[in-house]
Amino acid sequence: MKELLVDLLGNELLVYVLMAFVPLLWILPFALFAVWWERKIAAHMQDRLGPMRTGGWHGWAQTIADILKLIQKEDIIPTAADRLLFSLAPFVVFIGAYTAFAAIPFSAAYVGTEINIGLFYIIAVSSFVVIGLLMAGWSSNNKWSLFGAMRSAAQVVSYEIPIALTLLAVVMIVGSFDLQEINRAQSGSILNWFIFQKFPLLFAAALIYFVASLAEVNRTPFDIPEAESELVAGYHTEYGGMKFALFFLAEYANMFAVSIIAATVFLGGWNSPFGEALSGPLWGVFWVLSKSMGFVFVQMWLRWTLPRLRVDQLMYVGWKVLIPFSFVIILGVGFWVLLEG
Amino acid sequence: MGRYFKNIFDAVRTILIGMRITARHLFTPSVTIQYPDVKLKLPARARNRLYVNMDDCIGCDQCSMACPVNCITIETIKSTSDVDLGVTSVGSKKRLYVPVFDIDIAKCCYCGLCVYPCPTECIKMTEVFEFSEYERENLIYNFATMTPAEVDDAKRKLAASESTAATKPAPASRGTNS
Repeated sequence: MKELLVDLLGNELLVYVLMAFVPLLWILPFALFAVWWERKIAAHMQDRLGPMRTGGWHGWAQTIADILKLIQKEDIIPTAADRLLFSLAPFVVFIGAYTAFAAIPFSAAYVGTEINIGLFYIIAVSSFVVIGLLMAGWSSNNKWSLFGAMRSAAQVVSYEIPIALTLLAVVMIVGSFDLQEINRAQSGSILNWFIFQKFPLLFAAALIYFVASLAEVNRTPFDIPEAESELVAGYHTEYGGMKFALFFLAEYANMFAVSIIAATVFLGGWNSPFGEALSGPLWGVFWVLSKSMGFVFVQMWLRWTLPRLRVDQLMYVGWKVLIPFSFVIILGVGFWVLLEG
Repeated sequence: MGRYFKNIFDAVRTILIGMRITARHLFTPSVTIQYPDVKLKLPARARNRLYVNMDDCIGCDQCSMACPVNCITIETIKSTSDVDLGVTSVGSKKRLYVPVFDIDIAKCCYCGLCVYPCPTECIKMTEVFEFSEYERENLIYNFATMTPAEVDDAKRKLAASESTAATKPAPASRGTNS
């Protein structure tokens, strides 16, 4: 796609700028509608209806109205807050969430930058988010915010290990960090998807990745950094208006990023489940997005199913369950690959 | 060690049970009633806004006396013998003009005690319960149907008949109570 655009426009810089905006075209409407979607799912799981009025049909325009309201709000910075860090934090968080999309392939023809260390890069930049969260919590000069930020840091740092290890299991099979390579290795049929290979090792790996990714994006049952009932709202307690909206956008962008990585690494990415049928660059976009939306749905589903973990339980799950299991998986897959030759 | 694996197994199993429950509720029809669009049927004899059918009111003042919060104000003017105010739907003859019949619905406690004593069943509870107002004054309902001109007319007639009665020698039985 890049070569095509360079030929068409004749300016490489312009093409890079254009390419950088492509994921945003998906993330912004996704965040808008995922919030609405989540509220509807939450409501229906509790036998309620959720927003029903704004926009007419089942309140579809509710989040659009909310964001319009947030834009109009006064931009308040608390007097005791560290102004520079306070203003910078939401952008750092969003940049951390958004830069991950640079290496994520949306289709066989489109990936922001086809770098051969794509997965490594994504794992590296997604830990960038935690710096933003810590900045937000620290600069707010509010104990609840700081508690939220500290918990979030502890959580993200612990759960990045199982994420990295489970992804490494797949990397060992493919022999490349390049996400397009990983996608191509899964083409052909649904049975080539990594979730069904080296059974049950990679299936468990997918499960561990999914659980750890929930913690990574601070979602229930691992939402202790923003636990409403304990910490008001955690690190974004003091934020309002557009800065709060940016945090929200980053949260949903992150949700989608971990989902699309799960879809790419374990569910075949842009590969069609029917082999050669219904495949192609545009169908690829459809498949990868619908697989990721499936993961997003499960994230929402779990949110309304499970209660929040305690901090010690969170550490127990991370260090004593997920990490030992991912080491077993990585050893198992390693030997399997070695013996197969 | 066995306990460790059992805990993990139990965690996964119970999470799946929980997910099955929430998934089932996702497709359960919701219990929400879209209120202004959909309204529940009110129970029989529900007590809501009062209504007075002035055609039937004989101005007996019994509802006003029954009211525990004094929210009903009634004034009456006696009719003279030459006018016929008609009869109510239950057949009792109307003898009094009712120029004022105000119900301060903001005071009303919806006890329904005014409804029972009414001899002509003209004051009753309706099904209307949505009548909020921005001004408190708008909650004072004026049910009287007489125009100011009619009120003046009735008063003048009564005064005239009373003055003619006063010029006549008063019958001994006529008290001072009216």
